[in-house]
Order: sequence, then structure tokens, then C-alpha cells
Amino acid sequence: MSTAPLVEMRDIHKRFGGVHAVRGVSVDLHPGEVVGVLGHNGAGKSVLMKILSGAIAPDAGEIRINGEKVEIESPRDAQRHGIETIYQTLALADNLDAPGNLFLGRELLTRWGTLDDDAMENETRKVVRRLNPNFTNIKGAVRNMSGGQRQSVAIARAIYFNARILIMDEPTAALGPHETRMVGELVKQLKAEGIGIFLISHDIHDVFDLADRVSVLKNGNLVGTRRTTEVTKDQVLAMIILGKLPEDSAGEEMPGFH
Amino acid sequence: MGDATQAVKGRPPQDSGPQIGAFERFVQLTELDTRMLAMVGALVVIWIVFTALTDGIFLTPRNLYNLTVQSTVVGIMATGMVLVIVARHIDLSVGSILGFSGMVLAVFQVEILPLGVWWNWPLTVVMALAVGAAIGAWQGYWIAYRGVPAFVVTLAGLLIFRGCAWIVTEGRTVAPMDPTFQVFGGGIQGSIGAVWSWVTGVLAIAFVVFNAFTSRAKRHRYGFPVKPMWAELGIILVATAIIVGFVMVMNAYTLPRSDIPRGIPVPVLILMIVVVFMMFISRATKFGRYVFAMGGNPEAAELSGIDVRKTTLMVFVLMGVLCAIGAVITTARLNAGANSMGLLAELSVIAAAVIGGTSLAGGVGTVAGAILGAVVMQSLENGMVLLGVSSAMRQVIIGLVLIAAVWFDTAYNRHRR
Repeated sequence: MSTAPLVEMRDIHKRFGGVHAVRGVSVDLHPGEVVGVLGHNGAGKSVLMKILSGAIAPDAGEIRINGEKVEIESPRDAQRHGIETIYQTLALADNLDAPGNLFLGRELLTRWGTLDDDAMENETRKVVRRLNPNFTNIKGAVRNMSGGQRQSVAIARAIYFNARILIMDEPTAALGPHETRMVGELVKQLKAEGIGIFLISHDIHDVFDLADRVSVLKNGNLVGTRRTTEVTKDQVLAMIILGKLPEDSAGEEMPGFH
Repeated sequence: MGDATQAVKGRPPQDSGPQIGAFERFVQLTELDTRMLAMVGALVVIWIVFTALTDGIFLTPRNLYNLTVQSTVVGIMATGMVLVIVARHIDLSVGSILGFSGMVLAVFQVEILPLGVWWNWPLTVVMALAVGAAIGAWQGYWIAYRGVPAFVVTLAGLLIFRGCAWIVTEGRTVAPMDPTFQVFGGGIQGSIGAVWSWVTGVLAIAFVVFNAFTSRAKRHRYGFPVKPMWAELGIILVATAIIVGFVMVMNAYTLPRSDIPRGIPVPVLILMIVVVFMMFISRATKFGRYVFAMGGNPEAAELSGIDVRKTTLMVFVLMGVLCAIGAVITTARLNAGANSMGLLAELSVIAAAVIGGTSLAGGVGTVAGAILGAVVMQSLENGMVLLGVSSAMRQVIIGLVLIAAVWFDTAYNRHRR
């Protein structure tokens, strides 16, 4: 029995009015693997990932998780399959505090069915301490927090619920060098725990060193998927900019990893 | 107090820094809301000014009793308006909902159902609440599921339900209401007497103490920082003083030509129940959390898997029911169903919420603030009536106060950033 990929997205299509944003793209992801999804703005990478996270419904194509076909029609469905997303905008409710955001939609309740704010605060402290030990003032509105702290809240939300599949959309775009390094460490740690990670970026330097493979999109089409050990940054850059595959590599279009 | 003496010595203004620091530390330790404190301060100033200008009439038990009864209808509806505005919507139809559900209640009570049977008034109250809920659901449906802006739907609702209210009786006023029902209006029989007022007061104090200590014990268990004991006790003491003072004032106003204390008016009791319920909803339930999340960032709420549309619908249903509760009190007070009921109420209700710190940008607002806002508005209205200010002039002044309140809020928030 061959192990099926953790996630397989096959022949995904999405149109917005006259714009064909995603045209028959297929990508996959294995446990403990980091796949960079690269492309210019408007290449379709964010739309593709939003389809996986349940924020956008695809027009055609199928999604398989552990080899089984699944229907992801809402963020709830995605969460049920262990898919968590860290959006580029972080998707935080600015007026709520860190525990409010971390548990948004999945609140801890007391036995009377009311919000258990103290328990949520306690859990938040635990998970945030792991990510960012200096971040202790979690009770204020996240509006008043620094970029790194807000990012910590968004990441905490994604990893707290035992994600198996993590989607990170431009995770370091708003961060300083120190915090960027922190996110890099985190990616390695999660990968070691067997979590599969999609890293979305328009900048190859953000993801090349962290990713095992890269899938490059251009104008809604998949240019190709390559292992990072088998291509150079320049070759990937050519894929992003020119939509051209490196001549000397045969690539592994979909068939087995390992 | 070293800082204070330094400031007196005429040092440059920047030396007053530590003084502000001390105040901020105090606020932090007691976990008080500075915005709320400022509003209470404003209310106290208004009361002092009116008391001085009216030779003390403003602060008599009789006037304070009337003031609280007058504040109830706007207060009840404002607690719902807070959630509507927090969710980035608006409801311009609340006055018309009040009018229509009140007319339905009155017509059934006086003209359709048999008079004098015990189930007459309870049934009509239930009918009014159902009408309010149904109108809320209707408007919520168009807003949440059909994407028509709340401003448009409820502006239409303002016309539709005012018209419906007129159609019910072709404009006739319907009277008189059931004598038992009139208790809801807070008139001569409409208060609970001295003994029950004290019972209510003691229960309220017990609730405050119980709440403070259970939440403290819980935070202790998790090892979270708790506020110092003196702050805890101080807040309990202030709350107790306010409750005791309120009961004493209500008991000091007697029934005509007698020494029998009136006690807490029934509509105020209803307001208290509504306030506790709405605070509970907004702070301790998923629904309340979702309303605030939607106001803070609608997209994030959607991506978190929150059913934004259902939550929006429920907000408007709640608003409709609160309008109907307002209709019960209004018809009972008027002892009639009249077409003018709730006319322009939407403006007072929105103003109360906004003066109470609800941000029209969404995401921010408190139930307690809205009640305070309603009391501020009614205090101005009441005080100016006592002073013989014309109704036209009162409108001008209340309009100006509204601008001032929002300007203060904007300036305050900019300062905090």
C-alpha cells in the first residue's frame, strides 16, 4: 500500500466573472513536507489556497485528504479536516483580545454553555509562551499590538487546534528580521512534528531555504513543481517570471515523492 | 502626593506627567474604564448644574423617579442598538416597530379579545413580542441574506411599520388598557413598594459581591494577576452605595396624599432585567462574541467559520423584541395605544448608544454605556423641561450635545493611540 499524499488538489478551476483565476492546477503535499507556492501577484496562488481553506468554492476539480475525496465548502469544513490557515492579512478581529481571536468560532465554554474566558486566557498564555516568550500582555485589543505580536496570535490560532495541514500566506511579509527568523524556526519545528505546510509567497527568497518543493503558478496555470534540491533559485525565478521550466530537469510532475 | 506639591510650585507642565501616571496606575489596578468614568463625571456635572438652576427641584425624589421612568424605554431599546451598531449596521425603524407592535397590543387588548379575562393582557404582551421578533426577522433577512444595506431596509421599515400602525385602527387612539397591565407603565400602582425594593436592592448587592469574588477565585486558580483587595472592596462599596441610594430615593417618593413609599417602578425593574440579560448576552455568550468579532473584522469572522448571516439576523430579531418591550411600557404608561408612540424614538435611541461610547465604525460599545447615555439624554431633556426651555430649543441643544459627545469620543480615541 503506497502512502497517499496528505493533500492532493487535482485540476482545480476557478473563475471570477470573466477572469479565469485558476486554470486546472494540481498540487500535493506530504506529511512533514513544506511546499512553497510561488508566483506573482495575481498568479492565482492565494485563490488556490483559499479554495483549500474553504474561503472560496472551486468551480471544478477535486480535493483529496489522505487519499479520500472531500468537499470543503466552508472554513468550518476545512478546520474539520485539520486544515488551518494563516492569512496574509492575519484575519484578526482588531477589537478583541488575543484569547478572543485565538478561539474565535471555537470558543471554550463552561458547563453552563457560557464563554469560559479564564480557561481561554490560560490556554492562550500557554501556546503564546511557546511562540514568543516576551509576549505576555495578551489581554488588550490586538489593534494595539505590534506586528510580531499580532503574527504570534495568528500563528497560535493555527497551531493550537492540532493542525495537520497548515497554509501560510506570505507569513513574513510584515515582519522584521528577528521575527522572520522566528517564523522560520517554527516552520522547521512543525515540519518535524509531521505537519504538512503550504508556504505562499511572491518572493522566492522567503521560501526557498525552507521548502522541500516549490510549485510555481503564472496567470492561473501551474508552471511546474520542482524539488528545491534539484533546481537553483535562478531557475525557479525563470519559472516565476517567464513561466519557463528548467531544460535540464525532467521534474516530477505529480508522481511519487520519495 | 509629592507630585501634586511639585505641580503647585509652578513647575513646567511636563512635570505633571507622574501625576497622570499615578491616575493611570489607579485605573489599571481597579480595572475601571476611563471612558465610562468620564461619562459618569459628565452626568454628575449635568445633575449639579440642573440642581443649582432649579433650586434643587431636579434632585427631588419625585423628579428622579420620573427621570428613571422616562429613561426606561429609550434605555431598553439602546441596549439592542448597541449590538446593531457594533455589528456595523443601523436600525432606523425602532420607533416604528414600537408604534406598530404597541398598536397591535392595544387593539387586541381593548377591542378584540374579551375584556376582563385574566389571560387578556399576558396574551397581548406575547403578541407584541412576537410582532417585534417577526419584524426583526423580516428586516434581518433582507440585510443578512439578501445583502440590502441595513440603512435602506430599516429606513423602509420606518415608513412601512409606521404606516402599518396607522392602518391597524385607521389612526384612532385605543384606550383604556387593562388595569393590571397598567402596572408596567410605572404609574400610581406601577411600583413595587418599599419592602420589595429593599429585597431587590439586597439581591443586587449580593449579586455584585458574588460575582466579584467568584471571578477573583477563578483567576487565582489559574494564577492570573488579580486586582488588589482594596480596589475590589472599594468597587463593591461604591456599587453598594449606588444601589442603596437608588432604593432610598425611590422609596422617598410617596403615593399621592399618603406616606406610602412607591419603591422601584416596574418599568425600571424591567429595564434592570433587560440590562442584566443584554450584558450577559454580549459578554458571556458565543453570540455576543461573534457580534463583536463581526464588527471588528467581518472578513475575519467569516474566515473563522462564524455564521455571519445567522448572527446578523438574530441581532435584528433581538432588536425587534426589545422594541416590543418598549411598546409594552409605552402603552401601559399612556394607558392607550396611539399613533404617535415611538415617533422619533430611533434618534434618541441611536443618540443614547452613541453618547454611551458605541462607535459607528463598529466593533466597540457597551450595554452599560448605552444606559448611561440614555440617562444623560433624559437628564438633559428633563432638566430643560423643569427650566421651561421650549421644545424647539431642547432639540437644538440635544443635537449639539450629540455632536459634542461624538467629537469627544473621536478626540479621546486619537489621544489613546
